[in-house]
Amino acid sequence: MSETTSRIIKIATKKRYKNKYHWTDYFSYFYLFLGVLLMFGPVVWLGLSSLKTLAGIQEYPPTILPLSQIQVDVEGYDKPLPIFNVTQEDGSVKQLAQIKRIGINAKMVDPLNPGETVKVPIDKREKIREFKIQWQNYVDPLRKYDFLLYFKNSTFITVVATIITLIINSMAAYALSIYEFRGKNFALVFVIGTLLIPLTIILVPVFYVVANFGMINSLWGVILPGAATPTGVFLLRQYMLTLPRELIEAARMDHASEWAIYWRVVLPLSIPAIAVLAIFSIMWRWNDFLWPLIVLSKSEVYTLQIGLNAFHGELTSQWNYVLSMTMVTLLPIAIIFAYLQKFITTGIASTGMK
Amino acid sequence: MENIRNQTKIFFLRILNIPFAFLMQAIDLIMWPIQKIIGVRNMPYIFLLPNLIFFGLFVIIPLGANFFFSLSSGDELLFAERELPTTKQYDQLFDCESYLNPNTCTEDFFWRGVYNTIFFVVFQVGLMIFFSVLTAVILNKKIIGRGFFRSVFFFPVLLSPVVVGLIWQWILLKNGAFNAIIESYGGDKVSFLTDPSWAMASVIFVSIWAHMGFYTLIVLAGLQAIPPNLYEAAEMDGTSRERIFFRITLPLLMPNLLVVFILASIKGVQTFDEIYVLTGGGPGTSTSLIVQYIFTTGFASSGSVQNFGLAAAASMVLGVVLLFLTLMQLYFSRNKESKHQEI
Repeated sequence: MSETTSRIIKIATKKRYKNKYHWTDYFSYFYLFLGVLLMFGPVVWLGLSSLKTLAGIQEYPPTILPLSQIQVDVEGYDKPLPIFNVTQEDGSVKQLAQIKRIGINAKMVDPLNPGETVKVPIDKREKIREFKIQWQNYVDPLRKYDFLLYFKNSTFITVVATIITLIINSMAAYALSIYEFRGKNFALVFVIGTLLIPLTIILVPVFYVVANFGMINSLWGVILPGAATPTGVFLLRQYMLTLPRELIEAARMDHASEWAIYWRVVLPLSIPAIAVLAIFSIMWRWNDFLWPLIVLSKSEVYTLQIGLNAFHGELTSQWNYVLSMTMVTLLPIAIIFAYLQKFITTGIASTGMK
Repeated sequence: MENIRNQTKIFFLRILNIPFAFLMQAIDLIMWPIQKIIGVRNMPYIFLLPNLIFFGLFVIIPLGANFFFSLSSGDELLFAERELPTTKQYDQLFDCESYLNPNTCTEDFFWRGVYNTIFFVVFQVGLMIFFSVLTAVILNKKIIGRGFFRSVFFFPVLLSPVVVGLIWQWILLKNGAFNAIIESYGGDKVSFLTDPSWAMASVIFVSIWAHMGFYTLIVLAGLQAIPPNLYEAAEMDGTSRERIFFRITLPLLMPNLLVVFILASIKGVQTFDEIYVLTGGGPGTSTSLIVQYIFTTGFASSGSVQNFGLAAAASMVLGVVLLFLTLMQLYFSRNKESKHQEI
């Protein structure tokens, strides 16, 4: 009797396989936690550091928040001096400004009594910090350097190239999906063929073509070579193939011209696919680097990416400006992603392109 | 409220639409007579024309011209001023006493690039696929905050190579955040980007960091295509999770992984941007890959004369490798589709 009862209880309370914690569950959360730190950490760290003073950025070991050391003007010294809390021999704490560090000692001065200097061992002093956001990092490069111009160039390239890409690719996709005509298969193979030829293997001759059109150092030299994308044609064609043919027949009955059918009937119905291509095109163009690097060599036509790279090359020590401008460069894409992340991820998963 | 919001949205879209409609109507004024003259049957050619002109100008003609450049010599970009025909470029490129030792080659920079690329692609692709599968399998589980974690892993894909390069160059500085973390755990500082023995590893790490999210997403799509009833059946039989992974998940994911593998290799062989920003191919030539060689020989204005012919010849070599990889991809993705149809 008791044996059967205990067996029934055992069966009734037995945890189903699903509800048991397996070692892989613990591992998963550990991995995800680490992943968030590694994937997201650098960008957060970039954002926080772009608000620090140059001295704060160069500090080692670094502080996480933009806490900069307070500096004071002391009579008789040209530069503002950083101040420290110094523990005196009798245990009291006094605020002193540091003039110079010599080995393990620091030459310090009392701001209230600038005539007299004292030597203090460096382990007896502690930095005095304040929370200070350095907006200058963002304002200065936009004002002193040409970043506003670069931003404008990048925006122009992105917008114009995306519009051209959308129009000519949707036209080709329309022809390849709605009509039956001689040479259709040839045209399809031709488009597939261009998929096999990435820009990296025809850099020299494309440069030659662009040079022949006089488009070196012109934004059009960046826009035109990549305007027709085989991936774009295929994405749109695949979608247009699913549209009901009756609509097109009906429009034709009403004496709509073929062009009118294209832009009044087919284009509005293909908005979902066009939106995916538009987002991809914006991403490609905004982030494009190798081709603009080859075509644009004058600073007045630089895009944001090229300008940022050149700026970093010229002023390696100005990390405060480099970090803030990196932030400006990634922000538009980050905002788009924040709004459309689901759209982008499903777009990539279903088309397999980037 | 919702209704008003929608109506204002539609209103603004209509306004945005006005210039577009105007443009399209204007084009129709040209297209309509054309249609009258050539007839509806020939209209698709008109629609195809702009795209074909672009492909012709910027892909097909350059491809032919690439042969020409690689088979002619001279410092000029103009066709008329180049000497024809010559195999000088290829002779120079392949002039080696021993192919295994780049130092014996005339173009040692090219051969270093080749070996660096092979090393880079093997480790970058291998490790990236491993971590992509691991991440995708974890993200495919029923975990809390799945959407959040998914976008965190995907986020770096959207960053531009310059941004990726600069962020990591700064973090991997000798006095950077990474070394601060290492030191706080009692390790020694490492010069990640200036020490030749560390530079390649750093570059591979950064490249994986930047591109992993994309492949994770594709593997995830593959995982979700595995029929759930297989898992239910295995669970009923009390199969262990390890066994389920190795006997169901992995085999069914294999065709997907093959495509991912080739796709990643195609991209990996062409890597240039992030490395250019991160290390510039240095220190020395320790992280310079083939595309870096093409770029430097053909376009980098500093130092020696730009050698378009040599750059074109090197592109042809790269092109052959890519053609091989792409044909493999087409073959395997066709195989995958036909298998799907069988099921």
